[in-house]
Amino acid sequence: MLLGKVIGTVVATRKVESWEGVKLLLVQPLTEKLEESGEPLVACDTVQAGPGDIVFYEGGREAALGLKDWFNPSDATIMGIVDRVDLAVSP
Amino acid sequence: MTLARIIGTVVSTAKLPVYEGHKILVAQPVDPSGAPKGKTVLALDTVQAGEGDVVLVLQEGNSARLIVGDSMAPMRCVVVAVVDEVETTEESGRSLWQIRPT
Repeated sequence: MLLGKVIGTVVATRKVESWEGVKLLLVQPLTEKLEESGEPLVACDTVQAGPGDIVFYEGGREAALGLKDWFNPSDATIMGIVDRVDLAVSP
Repeated sequence: MTLARIIGTVVSTAKLPVYEGHKILVAQPVDPSGAPKGKTVLALDTVQAGEGDVVLVLQEGNSARLIVGDSMAPMRCVVVAVVDEVETTEESGRSLWQIRPT
C-alpha cells in the first residue's frame, strides 16, 4: 500500500459497464513525510474520499478485489482515508 | 520478502471493513547492513511489530490473503516476521552483523 493525496476527481460518462457507480479520483503519491513523490494517477474510490484527503491505496490484482464487484478492471484502488501518520523520531 | 525497518504507523478510521482490526505500519526498506534503501511502503501488521523493529515485509497478494484468512481480501503488503538477526558472509564485506540492538 502507498500513501497519496486526492487532488481531483475524474468524471467519465462512457466507461466499461462494470464501472457504473465507481468514483474515480486523481491521486498524487506521497512519501511517509507526506511530500509529493512521482506522477499523479487515477484510482477507484471505495471509501468516499474527496479532494484534499490523504488516503492509502493499493495497486495490482488487489486493486480490483477492493471494489464491490471484484471482476473489474482497476490498477489502483483507494482502501482508506488516513487520519494521521505517526513517525518515529529518527535517532 | 524484503528487510525493512518500521518507522511509523498510519491511523485510519474510514477504510474498507476488511481492514478493521489490522494495524497499518510504515516500513522503510533496508539493505542487509540496516541502511535505508528505496521508498517506504505501508504494510499490515500480523506479528505485533512496532516502531524501530526490523521486519520481513511480504509483497504478494495470495500469501497476504492466506495469512489474514480471507481469500478475497484486497491486501498485498503484510509484515510477516520480526527479524532478530541478519548474518551475512564475509565475502560480501559484512560479517556477523546484528541488525537489532540488544
